[in-house]
Amino acid sequence: MSIFEYNGSALVAMVGKNCFAIASDRRLGVQLQTVATDFKRISQVHDRLFIGLSGLATDAQTLYQRLMFRHKLYQLREERDMKPETFASLVSAILYEKRFGPYFTQPVIAGLGDEDKPFICTMDSIGAKELAKDFVVAGTASESLYGACEAMFKPDMEPEELFETVSQALLSSVDRDCLSGWGGHIFVVTPTEVQEKILKGRMD
Amino acid sequence: MRLDTSGLESHAPLFGESSGFLDGVSAPPSFEVPTTNDYEMDLSMAMGYLDFDGFQKEAIQMVKPAKGTTTLAFIFKDGVMVAADSRASMGGYISSQSVKKIIEINPYMLGTMAGGAADCQFWHRNLGIKCRLHELANKRRISVTGASKLLANILYSYRGMGLSVGTMIAGWDETGPGLYYVDSEGGRLKGMRFSVGSGSPYAYGVLDDGYRYDMSVEEAAELARRAIYHATFRDGASGGVASVYHVGANGWKKLSGDDVGELHYLYYPVVAGAVEQEMVEVAAH
Repeated sequence: MSIFEYNGSALVAMVGKNCFAIASDRRLGVQLQTVATDFKRISQVHDRLFIGLSGLATDAQTLYQRLMFRHKLYQLREERDMKPETFASLVSAILYEKRFGPYFTQPVIAGLGDEDKPFICTMDSIGAKELAKDFVVAGTASESLYGACEAMFKPDMEPEELFETVSQALLSSVDRDCLSGWGGHIFVVTPTEVQEKILKGRMD
Repeated sequence: MRLDTSGLESHAPLFGESSGFLDGVSAPPSFEVPTTNDYEMDLSMAMGYLDFDGFQKEAIQMVKPAKGTTTLAFIFKDGVMVAADSRASMGGYISSQSVKKIIEINPYMLGTMAGGAADCQFWHRNLGIKCRLHELANKRRISVTGASKLLANILYSYRGMGLSVGTMIAGWDETGPGLYYVDSEGGRLKGMRFSVGSGSPYAYGVLDDGYRYDMSVEEAAELARRAIYHATFRDGASGGVASVYHVGANGWKKLSGDDVGELHYLYYPVVAGAVEQEMVEVAAH
């Protein structure tokens, strides 16, 4: 079994009209053994920027701490928040630093940029950026998520519909994966507010 | 990789001691063996045998589905309770959530399925045939002891050939309730309480805690269902529906089949969390 599948995870981010949603499952396991069902994989970088880290939990947490550190230094020096594009480049650069001994994690970055333009992106464990206009997925349920998102995505959704779409895509995808699920965690971000919700899901 | 056949050589030189003109040509004959890129190759070589085509390993890989399972059975005062989940998985992928893991051998005997789905299904059907033939030849039903031994002997005869079966044979015969654990390694154990599969440690935890011999059928069914539920919660490879069967003096009966997705919220209803801070509209001055 791959080290990326050691803890199990499911991550998805989707773009709507002047908004985006980012969601993850809540399981932390050790291979097939479920250890926790309230694990957080998505973190808020600033008001309108989020990062989800799939893959090995220990590396996800370490990488998260380094990213927060770098972002705080940036805030102190520049007296402003990072643009999502800039943050993605920072993540990419930090990942590539470890080219020959990588963090076993695949990030998903989602944020609102200038003029409330949504930005989503994912990258592999050594920092190859993949920008997308519609949705990005990561984790052990990524294949099922691709299928669900491909079928359910519509351009320019309003926040309410986007929430429903991402939630349904996540919950149905993790039902085909042994290593992720046990509930969901979703953020819907609009120019004016951040909605955070916990989703009830199958607990098997 | 190169297969060295030098060990087969006779010690006498093929050609004269050193005739000179064939020097360097008379190296011991050897030939190239196609290389396989299996990483399992290294494993099998480390284990001390050469794996030429990897077929054995492939056969074991093929029966992987349905390996992740939770099944249990126990004897109590009113008979045997048998329960199982219904998930079939291949690696991390869930291939089905509605597998029948409790196999009805005849109206008085049940078998449970863990390990290779095909192996379990085939050999249980085969056992059903053998039990019916025994009934016709002897004018009475086969005992659970006898039936489990028929299966164990068959599995033992295939030992080392890659069969993957972990089963419990539960039933009611002339001597009362019977329960045996039989596996493809040749093991056959008589007992009062068993659980088989990747979720079995979790099921045993609940089962050992709640078990009493003098339970009622209702209590026993609830214990079995709860044990399966807790196993599906902790074990990633178990899930779907928790089926519960009871075998009594009048044969088996299916008591329940509950979706564990709903069972969780039945056992642990979601309570509204305490509101730590509430937004209050500030009155305009």
